[in-house]
Amino acid sequence: MTGATKKSNRRLVLWLTGFVAAMFGFGFAMVPLYSLVCNVVGINKAGGSRVLEKQLTRLGVDEERTVRVEFDATLNAALDWDVKPRTAHLDVHPGKPYDVYYSARNNTDHEVVAQAIPGITPWQATEYFNKIACFCFNQQKLAPGESADLKLRFVLSPELPPKYSTVTLSYTFMDTNRNKLKHAASAR
Amino acid sequence: MSTEAIHDDHHDHKPSGIGRWLFSTNHKDIGTMYLIFALVMLFLGGASAMMLRAELWEPGLQIVDPDTYNNLLTNHALIMVFGAVMPAAAGMANWMLPMMIGAPDMALPRLNNLSFWLLPFAALMLILSFVVPHFGGGVPINTGWTLYPPLSLQAGIGMDFGIFTLHILGISSIMASINIVTTIVNMRAPGMTWFKLPLFAWAWLLTGLLLIMIMPVLAGGVTMLLFDRHFGTSFFDAAGGGDPVLFQHLFWFFGHPEVYVLLLPSIGILGMVVPTFSRKPLFAYKPLVYSMFFLTALGMVVWAHHQYTVGMSKEVTTYFMIGTILISIPVGYMLFSFIFTMWRGSMTFETPMLFAVAIVLMFSFAGVTGIMLAVVPADLQYHDTYFVVAHFHYALIPGALFGIYAGVFYWLPKWTGHMYDERLGKIFFWWTTIAFNLTFFVQHFVGLAGMPRRISDYSPVFTDFNQISSIGAFAFGASHFLFVWIIIKAVRGGKRAGDKPWDGAQVGNAGLEWALPSPPPFHSFTTPPVVK
Repeated sequence: MTGATKKSNRRLVLWLTGFVAAMFGFGFAMVPLYSLVCNVVGINKAGGSRVLEKQLTRLGVDEERTVRVEFDATLNAALDWDVKPRTAHLDVHPGKPYDVYYSARNNTDHEVVAQAIPGITPWQATEYFNKIACFCFNQQKLAPGESADLKLRFVLSPELPPKYSTVTLSYTFMDTNRNKLKHAASAR
Repeated sequence: MSTEAIHDDHHDHKPSGIGRWLFSTNHKDIGTMYLIFALVMLFLGGASAMMLRAELWEPGLQIVDPDTYNNLLTNHALIMVFGAVMPAAAGMANWMLPMMIGAPDMALPRLNNLSFWLLPFAALMLILSFVVPHFGGGVPINTGWTLYPPLSLQAGIGMDFGIFTLHILGISSIMASINIVTTIVNMRAPGMTWFKLPLFAWAWLLTGLLLIMIMPVLAGGVTMLLFDRHFGTSFFDAAGGGDPVLFQHLFWFFGHPEVYVLLLPSIGILGMVVPTFSRKPLFAYKPLVYSMFFLTALGMVVWAHHQYTVGMSKEVTTYFMIGTILISIPVGYMLFSFIFTMWRGSMTFETPMLFAVAIVLMFSFAGVTGIMLAVVPADLQYHDTYFVVAHFHYALIPGALFGIYAGVFYWLPKWTGHMYDERLGKIFFWWTTIAFNLTFFVQHFVGLAGMPRRISDYSPVFTDFNQISSIGAFAFGASHFLFVWIIIKAVRGGKRAGDKPWDGAQVGNAGLEWALPSPPPFHSFTTPPVVK
C-alpha cells in the first residue's frame, strides 16, 4: 500500500467515524426532537390538553349537544392498588366543566407513589378533551392501607367534531418505583 | 521443479496453526471465517425455527411454554439477521471485493480481524441470554427482535445480555462497513473507475454507508433501553413521562433500512450472476446503480410504515404510505434490469442461475404483498398477522438468503479451485425452493384469515395450513444438510475449476477475480493490475 493511499484511507476513516458518532448523537437528539415535532404537528398529546378555568368562557356552552364520556382505570404490573372511577360514565354538554372522582386504595404495607397516565379513545378526540384539574398532573402518594378520592375536573371543547358521540378516558396507574416491575414480571 | 513453482511457493506462504486464524489480517481467511460463522449461525437460527414450527404443528401448548416460544422467536430473528445473513454478506465482501477491484487486501486489515472476532463473543452473549432465564434470570426476551418497551423493560437479565449482544454486533458491523467503504473508495486498481465497478461492489458500498448511518441509531436506542431498565431514566417509560412509541421510531429508523442492508448485497450478487449465465452485459448498468442510490435514500425515510397502528395522524401515515409505495419503482427497476439482461441472452441454468431466476420471481411476489401492506387501511387489517410473516420471509429468504446461496455456488469454484457437484446443487435448489414455498405460501392465507403472529397457540381452524407449513419448514431445514455436504465435497476435491470456471463471467463490468487462478494465491494483486 503506498503512502498516499494510506493517507487517504486515514482521512476517509476519520470522516466515516465522525459520521458514526454524529448518527449516535442523532439517536439521542431524537428524544427532544420527537416531543418537539409532536407538539408542532399537534400529535401525541396523549392525555388531553391542560387548560385554565378562566379560558373556558370563550367558546360558551353547547346545551343542545350531549356527549357521553366513559371512565376507565387500569393497573400496570407491580402496582397493588385498587383504583376505580366513582362514575362509570357521564353525559356532558361540551363547554361545561364537570368534576369526577377516582377512588384509590393502597393494598400494600408500604408507601407507594403512583403516576396515572391518561389515554383517550378515539385518539382523534384527544385535542378536544381539556382538563382543568387532574390527579394525573402530579404523582399520587398513598400510605399503607390509605384510601383517597382523586379529583378530575374536565371540559369537552364545543369544537369536538359532531361524529364523536362517545369519548372514553382511560387511566393506567403505574408505580413510580420501576425496579419493582421486573420482580412483578418474574413472580408471575 | 521450475523456478516459477518455487517462487509461487514462497509467494503463497501462509502462517500455520491456529495463529493463522486468530491473528489473521488476510481478507480471504477472514472472509472464510465470516462465512463459516454465518453457516453455524444459520443452523442455530434454523433450529429455533424448527422448534417454533414443531410447537405450531397443532393448536395448544405441546413443546414449549409461551415465554420460551417467544424467546425462540426472538432468537430466530436476531440470529438470522445479525448472525447469518449479515456475516455471510460481509464474508463475501471480504473474499471478493479486494479481488474484484484489484486491491491487495482490505484497506484496514487489523480492524478487519477485530470486526470478525467480536462476532463469536456476541453469539455467545446471545446464547447466554437464552440460558440465564432457566437459572433464575427472570423472564426471557419475549418481545420479538423489535424489543418494544414496555415489555422489554419488564424482562429479566436475559434482556441485558440481548442488549449487549446488539452493542457488540453493532460495533462489529460498523467497523466492517467503514473498512469496506474505505476499500472500495480508495483501493481500486488504476483504471477501475466508478462506472467500471462490478455491481457487487456498488451494492456493498451502499450497504456499508447504510450501516454506518443506521447502526449507531439502534445502538443509541438500546442504550436508552438499558438506562431505563437500570439507571432510573424514563426515555420510554410512561410512568416517568417517557413514550414507548419513541422506541419504535428509533428501532424502525434502523430496522427498515436494515432490510436493504440484507437485500443489497444479494442484488449485487445477482448483478454478477445474471450476466454471466445470460452471456450478456448487465442491462442498463448505470441506471441500475442510480436506482440503488434512490432505493437507499428512500429506504431511510419510510420507517414508520411498521407502526401504522400506533395512532399517527392521517397526514403522517399518508406520507409514509406514499413513500413506501414509491420504493417499488427502484426495486421494480432492478428486477426488470435483470429480466432484460436475460432477454435473448444465451442462458444456461447452472445452480447460481437457477437461484437468480427464482429470486427475481419470488422476490417480486414479496414486492406485491409489500405494496398491499404499505396501504394504510389494508395494513390495519394485516398488521401483526401471518400475512406479514409470509411477506417478509418472501422478501428475505429469496432476497437475502438465496442471493447468498447464488453467490456461494458462483464463487465456490474460485474459492476452492474445485467445481461443486452440479447435480447435487440442482437437487439442493429444487428441494429448498419447493420447501420454502410450501412453508410460507400458505401463511398468506392464514394471515388473511386473521391468525396473529408471535403467539404459540392458535385457533383449530388453522390446523391444516399450519401442518403444511410445518412440513415445508422441516424439509427446508433438512435441505441445508445437503448444502453443507456440497460445500464439504467441493472443498475436499472435484473437477478442477480453472481460472475461469464460468465462460460468461467476462461480460460487462466483470470483477478482476477471474484474472486470478482458482484457488487464488494467499496474497493476490500485490502490484495492482491496470484496468483498460
